[in-house]
Amino acid sequence: MGSVLTTRARVVWGVITVVVLVGALFPVASIFMTSFKASADINSGTFLPPRWSTENYEQILAPSGSAQDLFLSALRNSVGISLIATGIAVVLATLCAYAIARLDFPGKRLILTTALGVSIFPVVSIVTPLFNLWRSIGLYDTWPGLIIPYLSLTLPISIWTLAAFFRQIPWELEQAAQVDGATPWQAFRKAIVPLAAPGVFTTALIAFFIAWNDFVYGISLTSTSAARPVPAALAFFTGESFFEEPTGAISAAAIVVTIPVVVLVVLFQRQIVAGLTQGAVKG
Amino acid sequence: MASITLKDIVKKYGDGFPAVNGVSIDIGDGEFVILVGPSGCGKSTLLRMIVGLEDITSGELEIDGARVNEKAPRDRDLAMVFQNYALYPHLTVGENIAFPLRLTKGKFTEEEIREKIEHAADLLELREHLDRKPANLSGGQRQRVAMGRAIVRDAKAFLFDEPLSNLDAKLRGQMRTEIARLQRRLATTTVYVTHDQTEAMTLGDRVAVLRKGELQQIASPRALYEQPVNLFVAGFIGSPPMNFLPGQVADGAITLPFGTFELTDRLRDAIGDRELVIAGLRPEHFEDARLVDPTKKDRGQTFEASIDVTEWLGAELYAYVPFETHDSVASKLEELDRELDGEGMRTQFVVALDAASRVRDGDETTLWFDPDAMMVFDPESSENLTRDDETAERLDRENEEDRRASLERASARAAKA
Repeated sequence: MGSVLTTRARVVWGVITVVVLVGALFPVASIFMTSFKASADINSGTFLPPRWSTENYEQILAPSGSAQDLFLSALRNSVGISLIATGIAVVLATLCAYAIARLDFPGKRLILTTALGVSIFPVVSIVTPLFNLWRSIGLYDTWPGLIIPYLSLTLPISIWTLAAFFRQIPWELEQAAQVDGATPWQAFRKAIVPLAAPGVFTTALIAFFIAWNDFVYGISLTSTSAARPVPAALAFFTGESFFEEPTGAISAAAIVVTIPVVVLVVLFQRQIVAGLTQGAVKG
Repeated sequence: MASITLKDIVKKYGDGFPAVNGVSIDIGDGEFVILVGPSGCGKSTLLRMIVGLEDITSGELEIDGARVNEKAPRDRDLAMVFQNYALYPHLTVGENIAFPLRLTKGKFTEEEIREKIEHAADLLELREHLDRKPANLSGGQRQRVAMGRAIVRDAKAFLFDEPLSNLDAKLRGQMRTEIARLQRRLATTTVYVTHDQTEAMTLGDRVAVLRKGELQQIASPRALYEQPVNLFVAGFIGSPPMNFLPGQVADGAITLPFGTFELTDRLRDAIGDRELVIAGLRPEHFEDARLVDPTKKDRGQTFEASIDVTEWLGAELYAYVPFETHDSVASKLEELDRELDGEGMRTQFVVALDAASRVRDGDETTLWFDPDAMMVFDPESSENLTRDDETAERLDRENEEDRRASLERASARAAKA
């Protein structure tokens, strides 16, 4: 830290930063511009819309819009399902990771390796059997029918990140709390949870995005607006006529679903205070 | 205020290795007892068993006569200061100190808690730091906060786990006297773990020396120093450590690496018919022959020594003298050195001379020592042959009288204030 970069190094880093930023943000900017193009201008070939139009947003959001039903119910499904899946995953993962970090029990490694195995298992290979199973037990096209597979995606990564986080919290803190008169639960709640909060927030954020971005489960395990999430619903948008691609509406919907992600990142980043554990033990 | 009794305490880990093996100690009410030993001797494990963070494999632990083996840490009512302080980083200093009180839900009013915090803060001079976070404090301040958290509860006993080892030398000295003052003032039973024999000697009413999980000796610092039971205790207590030299006995005289000396009656009785012993001589038993007080010069003997290295410390001068060891005791002494966390690099003995001595590196000089101050150890059993049980008992008795007197003085002073 603190070493002053030479001018040359600064220029090189600046160029690299700009290239990465453009690479990452250009598609988003392009979709943003497309979402403001009128349907006639979609194929204009220009970056900026020739005429700024909110026609696409009206289509998905306004009561009279053709895709409004499809989009709003999908948005509701996406928010609900992702939040519930995240909540369950974080609570379960917190308890699990705490046990893994602190307790010595047989099968600890097995749990961790299983979690890792589940998380690298290709989604497409289980989606077909799951489709059949869900249909026969009545989970097809329901919220729990998506929450359960989402947990299989979010739990492993939550367990791994939280276990790493708990390991950094000095065990002495908890022992000190127990000696000070706390029950194991009080020690966990009063000494460990406040310190783990930044880690839990980060984990929740990651878990939420995983659930929010899922497409394969969303499109395979749903059939109606009862449970279909946004990424899947976008595929069912239709244009004004059979020959017209619904590019504008899809772009507008993509921008709308990006907003919660941006808002969440901004909100949670304030919670992710680095260095909270400094001073707990010899610094 | 409480007495703590350890009866045949054993701690075995999963592999059957006994980290603590049959330790029995009686800790009286208000007593300051030190557990000391080199790394891996089981002293911290023993402390953690007392506080309840480690299970006791066998044996009995009693607090005030009641068995507590199965009790959870929070039900034992003991306060502990951890080596790394274990302060809660998300709480202010004041809330850290209040933490144990807040856990008692409803036992104290907000007003009482505030009073107790301020009382502890005044004792430890933390008042202006109460609203700061631990991260912003210096090492010594953090250490005091950890102590504040311990004293605020009026627990039955204080347990310290190497509380000063993370501080630098100067602060360590200050905090040492601070802890001693506090313990006298509060008269709370205290068990203190350290690997530093200076801390052990200066703080303890009694010091328990542990080696490989076994209690070697528990006695007053002076009895440990003057009447150690074996080679290990003799080598551990004292700084610089005691010199161990091979001694061959023949015709009422002992041959040390630097000369042959007549044995006094005391030593002759102790040695009996042994032909080889290990002689123990503390560095301060030697003097520069030119500077010895003439009145005591006749009591001792002089010998020629070639000095290898000297260290002048202002108050005294340490001189190191290499010697040829005797094969039959070399391995014993090497093993001892390893146990005492030493490196066993070369055989040399150290003498503490008057600071006015002009002895310097590479000198050939004449040193004086009193052979009667010598301790003699059996090379097989390591036992101290010259130990005088009566004197040791007397020293412990005197020490206990001194302790009671100083506690009374402290309480009288507190009553006056």
